[in-house]
Amino acid sequence: MSVRVLLPNAFQKHTNNTREIASTAANLPELVTDMEGRFPALRQHLRGEDGQIRRFINFYVNEEDIRFLGNEKYSFQEGDEVLVIPSIAGGCC
Amino acid sequence: MTIAYELRCRGCGKSYGIQPLSICDECFSPLEVAFDLEYARTRFTRESISNGPLNMWRYRALLPVADSYAPQTPAGMTPLVKAPRLGAHIGARNLYLKNDAVCMPTLSFKDRVVAVALANAQAFGFTTVGCSSTGNLANAVAAQAARLGLKTFILVPSDLEPAKILNTQVYGATLVRVAGNYDHVNRLSSQIADRYNWGFVNVNLRPYYAEGSKTVGFEIAEQLGWRLPDNLVCPMAGGSLITKIRKAFSELVALGLVEDKPVRFFGAQATGCSPISTAVKNDTDVIEPQRPNTIARSLAIGNPADGAYASRAIRASGGWAEDVSDVEIVSAIQELAETEGIFAETAGGVTTAVTARLYAHGRIHPDELTVSCITGNGLKTTDCLSGAYERSEPIRPRMADFEAFMEEHTTESAEASPEFSQVLALAGESYVR
Repeated sequence: MSVRVLLPNAFQKHTNNTREIASTAANLPELVTDMEGRFPALRQHLRGEDGQIRRFINFYVNEEDIRFLGNEKYSFQEGDEVLVIPSIAGGCC
Repeated sequence: MTIAYELRCRGCGKSYGIQPLSICDECFSPLEVAFDLEYARTRFTRESISNGPLNMWRYRALLPVADSYAPQTPAGMTPLVKAPRLGAHIGARNLYLKNDAVCMPTLSFKDRVVAVALANAQAFGFTTVGCSSTGNLANAVAAQAARLGLKTFILVPSDLEPAKILNTQVYGATLVRVAGNYDHVNRLSSQIADRYNWGFVNVNLRPYYAEGSKTVGFEIAEQLGWRLPDNLVCPMAGGSLITKIRKAFSELVALGLVEDKPVRFFGAQATGCSPISTAVKNDTDVIEPQRPNTIARSLAIGNPADGAYASRAIRASGGWAEDVSDVEIVSAIQELAETEGIFAETAGGVTTAVTARLYAHGRIHPDELTVSCITGNGLKTTDCLSGAYERSEPIRPRMADFEAFMEEHTTESAEASPEFSQVLALAGESYVR
């Protein structure tokens, strides 16, 4: 089982310009651990002082915010595309 | 050379100079423009402002543009009017409306932010600009980009109101309708901005764009005779505007243009998309995203980018946030139009209904000076009123027919009460002289 993970430009400095990885992680916590294993430099940037993933980092699975799918409890499916977006932009008033 | 402003991370404080960037590469928090207020002290004075143009560029010393920039997109300086008739309906005795329903050129407060964003797009050398939008931003980007000769790609949710779609296409913009809600559109925009070298108004130009919102706050203070209100009621979508009005007030206090005083900030959302008001009610700045379902499409952002900051600002000010149903939104649009002659879009219905509730619940005292922000024009969202009014049968062009019509339709008409007339006359003083 493998999912495709797309990384944002803001991560590139810490990922040696890698934009995309394939991961066998079963869920979000495993994926974060996988990312930190591959890119040790990313770890201190991904997590705040409390050790938690920073609030501004958003994960989407096939166009849906992972928080609507159960967040950490969601089990990745074969072929899922995971999109990481830091600090979602936009915003009107 | 003194640098008037720079980009700074809102999380870790890292400086980024002046470049098209919106995210910190260390902690991934959003970036914000920070001004050197000491440098601004000699340039941003009541006198320099009154000598400036009668539009938002009179505040340019606290807007992120180069000293050499020659403004080409006048926007802002909209009326601040006292609202005695609406006030009488909802129990307010000192209520003002900041009416950005008549902001030029596209009838929403977005004209302000886009003016600043596109000035920066030009400075950075972008020839193509884009945005994701719930409508008002699309209109503003399309119109002002046309004026500046920039190419535009504008992404909107496919279910957007027809008037907002037409008001984008008429300027020659390339409109990309996306099957999804604003949050889907927004996420796609972040990806596009990573891939294409465009000036994305609400992605890589976002820190600059957001500063344009401060002009709402600057104008309110100036129009009140250089003083701050007791309370401010503001609609919230991404949560940016309310935080920027607060920033504007803080800058005015820091530079000595107004006397320092506590201002309470109140946020308004539709119940069908209320992630920020929910956070305020739960006394937290943790925003739980929602799937929007409301007629107030311009506020329908389920994952608000500035939600945490908005919630924090509201609670720190001693304010509150409320949300109202779609039925209340439509009633409030009608009530505002019938009492004050202002036709607001659905977001204005949200703000008006929430303002009424804040008085009804005793959160705002009737005598406190309160400003309610109307951010967009009702002509853009007429579909929410479809079926609200009967189309009457025409009469023949005969006096007898008219008299019969009168007999049928004579109701108690609105009377010009002397009390209201006096208040309205005084409100004229609040326009910029």
